[in-house]
Amino acid sequence: MTGTIMPPGVKALWDEVESRVAAGYRFAGLFATRPTQVAGSGPITLSAHMATADGIATLEAALPPGAESYPALTPRLGAAFWYEREIHDAFGVVPEGHPRLAPLVRPDSPEASALPRHVTGYGMFTIPHGPVRSGVLESIEYLVETPGEAIPHLNMRVFYKHRGVQDRFVGMTPADAVLLAERTEGIASVAHAMAFSHAIEQIAGCEPPIAAQLVRVLHAELERIANHLDVAVRLADAAGLAVATARLALHKERVLRLVSGLCGSRFGRGVVVPGGVSAAPVLPPAQLRAELDRLAKPIAADAAALMATSSFLDRLRGTGPLTSERARQHGALGPIGKAAGFADDARLTRPYDAYRALAVPSARSHVAGDALARLRVRWEEVDQSFRLLRQVADDLAERAPDLYSVTCEPASGRAVGWAEAPQGEVLYDVNIEAGRITRCHPRSASFHNLVLMHEVFTGDILTDFPFIEASFGLSVAGVAL
Amino acid sequence: MSIWVLRGLRDGVVTTRWPARPDDYADTWRGPARPLAAPLSSDPDAALEALCPTGAITAERGGNVRVDQGRCILCGHCVARRPDVFTWSQGATGSGAAALTRNQLIVPELPETDEAVEAARARLRERTAALRRSVHIRHVDAGSDGSEEWEIQALLGPVYDIHRLGVFFTASPRHADVLLVTGAGARGMTVPLRTTYDGMPDPKIVIAVGTDAVSGGLLSESDATTGGIAATVPVDIWLAGSPPSPFGIINALLVAVGRLARDTTPARLTTGSRGRRRSR
Repeated sequence: MTGTIMPPGVKALWDEVESRVAAGYRFAGLFATRPTQVAGSGPITLSAHMATADGIATLEAALPPGAESYPALTPRLGAAFWYEREIHDAFGVVPEGHPRLAPLVRPDSPEASALPRHVTGYGMFTIPHGPVRSGVLESIEYLVETPGEAIPHLNMRVFYKHRGVQDRFVGMTPADAVLLAERTEGIASVAHAMAFSHAIEQIAGCEPPIAAQLVRVLHAELERIANHLDVAVRLADAAGLAVATARLALHKERVLRLVSGLCGSRFGRGVVVPGGVSAAPVLPPAQLRAELDRLAKPIAADAAALMATSSFLDRLRGTGPLTSERARQHGALGPIGKAAGFADDARLTRPYDAYRALAVPSARSHVAGDALARLRVRWEEVDQSFRLLRQVADDLAERAPDLYSVTCEPASGRAVGWAEAPQGEVLYDVNIEAGRITRCHPRSASFHNLVLMHEVFTGDILTDFPFIEASFGLSVAGVAL
Repeated sequence: MSIWVLRGLRDGVVTTRWPARPDDYADTWRGPARPLAAPLSSDPDAALEALCPTGAITAERGGNVRVDQGRCILCGHCVARRPDVFTWSQGATGSGAAALTRNQLIVPELPETDEAVEAARARLRERTAALRRSVHIRHVDAGSDGSEEWEIQALLGPVYDIHRLGVFFTASPRHADVLLVTGAGARGMTVPLRTTYDGMPDPKIVIAVGTDAVSGGLLSESDATTGGIAATVPVDIWLAGSPPSPFGIINALLVAVGRLARDTTPARLTTGSRGRRRSR
């Protein structure tokens, strides 16, 4: 059952959330809002999003006016840990009973958010790693507690690159806001633009033409391939496989060039707009089909070679394992969840755009939950993506469409849109009044999944760190919006 | 392991020879928007300015239409709606390439730009004379969307391979000559960025990589960002793009160390290793 349900009071809300999780719903996010027209101290509303096969159900309860605290959800549902910290950052309202209310997404001085060491004992020390790290990486700080090699505990500070994205959405028109959605998590631009547009289209009650839906899938799947290749590049690089790194980087570059050949942007930006896509692909379908064939074979061959290189597999097998139980409890998204036996792929369970018409191949199930399983999931997804892309190219060739968008001018309303990014499901909770956005809360898969990195260092040592980080394949930009 | 030896030979040499030789992908690259040289519509008005979500367009009444490419996020709204006034820049050099002053990113250029650019070039030349052929780079993300990092990482891949140009990445700011900064200037990164800059030895060069780093792009100055990185560190080279292409970043690096002038065609490249080999 979807739509908005409003239990009376916060405790009843948590009861409802808990009973739905027990009934097999997946906890997909917890946001707080304060109506903008009431300056200062309007009542705060908590919205919990629950994913099910029919869509996203939203459960809501308002805090009493002026409330400075509420009973925390985190002690009952661990997956709310970061969400409640984010709420605390934004509104200052205290979730009573939350285990650790350090700043998460709003910048704070490192001293002010200094943490006592989690693990104490002879020879324990903390290695602060970041926010400026070696290599070309996004800014994040890892605090590694270690006696020398083992990593009994890890802390993360993600707030360094908070950009105020949510606030920036307010007042924008949907046509401009989709551009900001693309830049919310730049390596998953297409998925974010799609999730945002789905919300807008739901409010406006319009549906993109089938050609536009196919073009969206085309770009979403190319984005997935590029992202998974990027993860493979980083893993091969961490293992010191120079040739494999170069080969995979070459494939990734060729995929990005195909994307830019289709639309002018290497990240598929400017393609997805509310109501459809901005233009037909530049390459005709026959040429697209040829390009896909040219890409798919060498990628599959190099992937097979990589997965037969024992020195590489040794570094991944058993590294950074996430248990199936934790994956299910947390509702782990994307390849991280799939590798641990918890698969909830929005393309399959809550299909959108052309995924409803295309035959999305279902995935093999994995349970190991380690870096190796995550990479296996990614290669399988790459293979699936190519199969989908061939269907899309053939469909576009057959239809020879001419209509790529419909008018989409939402007046007022609220909706939740979703799309499956390479990292997992992306959610957009959008509110519009008189054609302008009054609130837009993006939730990337990176935000939901990154917190799990706390838990996967069982028996791993410092030199496993780059493998684990790369195997998660997340983007910090999507975390500290 | 031996399987990789043969695999490495599969595609032959895939590395570009740009900028010493032309490269199709670099030359056909779609850069930021710009006004047509001869606009078909002669009545610029405020409606033109409203086309741009980042306020990059200025239209003087009865006068010139200008695009500040340092604000352009390449959304194409202006090109799509007013193709009689706007078009895309072409190529990774020329209009749309790295600039020596902030104003040089405004097209058509402002009257005073030439002198300012020459002065900036002279100042830069003084500082960079020593590091023309061996350059070490440190990168800092000051609030990017993550895409700029991909494009910088691509420089280390087989296609762009900047090692061929004597350019290397370094982990320590102590070894770095050039600071590549991405992102809109997140306030949380102000101190780490400044500390990295201060940790670099003189002479040092700062390149603002991408429209976000130049002006903040969509994330203009707010509680969360400084609207570009110039508020934190002095910028020497300004590179527009959302994100810029890897060729654009190579262009910015070569302009920074005086090995390539903006608007320089490959034939006029003077000091690149390939250029020398050719002249021998």
